[in-house]
Amino acid sequence: MLIGALGTLLVLAFLGAVLGRDKRTPALVHAGCLVASLALLASGLGHLGQPTDAATTMVLPIGLPWTQAHVRVDNLAALFMVIVNLSAAAASGFGIAYAGHLPEPRRVTPFFPLFLFGMNAVLIADDAFTFLVSWEFMSLASWALVLSDHTRAESRRAALVYLTMAAFGTFSLLTCFGVMAGPGGDYTFAAMRAHSLGPVAGSLAVLLALLGAGSKAGLVPLHAWLPLAHPAAPSHVSALMSGVMTKVALYALIRILMDLRGDVGWEWGAVMMVVGGITAVLGVLYAVLQDDIKTLLAYSTVENVGVVVIGLGLAIAFKADGKTTLAALALVAGLYHAINHSVFKSLLFLGSGAVMTATGQRSLGVLGGLLNRMPWTGAVMLVGSAAISALPPLNGFVSEWLIFRALFKGPTLSHWAMKFGVPVVGALLALAAALAAAGFVRAFGVAFLGRPRSAEAAAAREVPAPMTAAMAVLAVLCVVLGAIPVTVTKALDGVIEPLTGVRFSVSANLGWPWLSPVSSDWGSYSGTVLVLVGLSLFTFTIALVHRLGTRALRRADAWDCGHRESLPDAQYSGQSFAQPLRRVFAATIFRARERVQMPEPGDCGPATHEVSLVDPVWQGLYASIGRLVDYIADRVNHLQFLTVRRYLLMMFGTLVFLLLVVAIRQQ
Amino acid sequence: MFAHLSYDVAHLIGATVLMAGFGLLYQRRLQAVLNTFAFQALALAAAAGWQAHVQNAPHLWATAGIALVFKALLVPFALHWLVERLGIHRTVETALSIGWTMIVGVALVALSIMLVLPVTAGAAALTRESLALAMSVVLLGLLMMITRHNAVTQVVGFMALENGLILAAVSAKGMPLVVEISIAFSVLVAMILFGIFFFRIRERFDSLDVQYLETFRGDRQ
Repeated sequence: MLIGALGTLLVLAFLGAVLGRDKRTPALVHAGCLVASLALLASGLGHLGQPTDAATTMVLPIGLPWTQAHVRVDNLAALFMVIVNLSAAAASGFGIAYAGHLPEPRRVTPFFPLFLFGMNAVLIADDAFTFLVSWEFMSLASWALVLSDHTRAESRRAALVYLTMAAFGTFSLLTCFGVMAGPGGDYTFAAMRAHSLGPVAGSLAVLLALLGAGSKAGLVPLHAWLPLAHPAAPSHVSALMSGVMTKVALYALIRILMDLRGDVGWEWGAVMMVVGGITAVLGVLYAVLQDDIKTLLAYSTVENVGVVVIGLGLAIAFKADGKTTLAALALVAGLYHAINHSVFKSLLFLGSGAVMTATGQRSLGVLGGLLNRMPWTGAVMLVGSAAISALPPLNGFVSEWLIFRALFKGPTLSHWAMKFGVPVVGALLALAAALAAAGFVRAFGVAFLGRPRSAEAAAAREVPAPMTAAMAVLAVLCVVLGAIPVTVTKALDGVIEPLTGVRFSVSANLGWPWLSPVSSDWGSYSGTVLVLVGLSLFTFTIALVHRLGTRALRRADAWDCGHRESLPDAQYSGQSFAQPLRRVFAATIFRARERVQMPEPGDCGPATHEVSLVDPVWQGLYASIGRLVDYIADRVNHLQFLTVRRYLLMMFGTLVFLLLVVAIRQQ
Repeated sequence: MFAHLSYDVAHLIGATVLMAGFGLLYQRRLQAVLNTFAFQALALAAAAGWQAHVQNAPHLWATAGIALVFKALLVPFALHWLVERLGIHRTVETALSIGWTMIVGVALVALSIMLVLPVTAGAAALTRESLALAMSVVLLGLLMMITRHNAVTQVVGFMALENGLILAAVSAKGMPLVVEISIAFSVLVAMILFGIFFFRIRERFDSLDVQYLETFRGDRQ
């Protein structure tokens, strides 16, 4: 079934390329993708229920003449197959109606199935060759999708930056696998598991894995491509890139650091936690300052990847310290957050696609008042925003709560740096969570509440039913995943047991529906009970109000803060919401500067208010690397204009040098 | 007894070639450079002839003949003729002073010996010595090419480098004749090309100093 579904995706890509001219093809291909991802989802779910050590392996005669493609589905791969295909199914369903609205559907149709194929193939690969080929498949297909709107200069720039970073990431992973394969050069994962590395080679492998997978996941400072590329793609593809492709990168990280290399030291856990903490805070700070709704969501992805990486780093640190129960807790928290993020980020991106379909706009500055005009989209966006802001009883709360529970146990680690460092990371995470809530209050409030800020927003209509249906499914999942946390953690048991050695449910012994990590005496949570209590209170209050209150309808003017007739432009805008945060945080980190220019008395010109931001990562890292390359190229360029004698001299010098090396090595 | 003698004579001739290589570096007059080069080629022919005699390998006689005719006679005469014909300035213009060139040359010979003797530990004594000598000659030829401005001296350096290669070839047993012939002919072709090249440079710049070439390249403004 697995292989059949993957084959179907390839056939669909081919069909999309051949039948691109037909008007019905995009809908047809997306419907096919929906079926294929549902099949893959079922296959992943079916596998997840099996015992811990069950793994389906296959050897396919595909690849270079002397290699074969090794395929293996274990519980970890199955879990990520569920994550990938859940969102993929929703995005495909959304795409059936949405692809027709795109300016050039022919540039999307062939690559969308290929993208799905690449992501699934990465998950089931069991040798480095298959893994890297699939990884590149995924990168290049998504690159083509980013470039689908090729008339915009930003899209072209985003695609270029993305391609560069993808090449860098694949190169790092390639080298990483090369180091892990050792001099024997056996590229199957089974051989890498058996192969043990020295301290230097081991550290090098971990570093390269962090660089390779981290650049795809969007860890600071390798995130620069992400907020450019994710928004540039069509929205249902953005949903997959942000919600799912980053998860595939995290899968690579877990696969390499916790499965292929079983003995990663606590130092690397600490590194990952620090990087994750910085990523979370920087990502969310960028997000709250954005005006473009899709860029905002992309930066929020950076934040959430940071949160997951904090969980993974903590799991590695606990595991290296021998505290397997806590390692299981941290890993469950990280994986849970990965699942949740894939659901609500896909939902939010699809919602932004719906907004763009209805209004043609994606800037917060021209939206507003959409809740009345698009009630369904508004409702699901509200659920998604609440979930990503980690409000109980939705799913985002459970996973962040679990991560905090694991972080609070950080001081039990034996190393002093960790005892003191973990609470600091906890503080960073708390800051990021609070800022994320602020950012999504701002995003939802400005876009959906208030009054429309442009004619397009005023004329918005609800999007077609298939699009709202796809979003509604994800919104329901946000609630369900939050309401039954124990069921989810039980399902994760089979995934984490091979990686940490224990089952998570060992420490959570209060039984369904109480999620009680660490101790059964204090700090337990039940989304189920909360939802039930909340629902009954809600129903009770409604009934009470209806019973006691009057049914007479009264109409009155809204409180207008003393302004008589206010223009839509006089509302709070996205910029004004962001201003306090910008002044507090961004003044140092982004060197945010505001300049107000008032016209002279008698001058009819408008007053202007300018804000300038400097991206420290881009300026500090990428721009300086660019300058360095330019400088070296300039120096090297002189070599083209030497005299004949100088060239001879260089050859002579090289020859003598090499001879000297040989002579000295012989001694 | 006889083996000993053959080794000594081969060693002597090889050393003569190397000495001639140093001699090339030491000369300050163009004519003397050409004469020294002819002498080196003569010594090389002798080395090839001696090896032909010792190894009883008739094809090495052909090598010796080629060295004698082309390198010891034809090339020096042609260069003499060119120098006179073109009225070239007869002083050797150096980029590195002669004293320093000699010191560097000695260092290169030391390097070759250090390098070759351990590498060829298993080979016969004759081959080892000859290879060390030949490599020194090659390096000295290269040194000559980079420390002299004049095009004629650069050509001579190139030919001396060639001589080193042939010396290595004749002392290793079993070197096919066809390789030697092809080397010899390529040298001749190079010689002709260089000759034409000289005329062209001379026509343009009234000098054979390659420094003048530097300012006259299409890719430089």
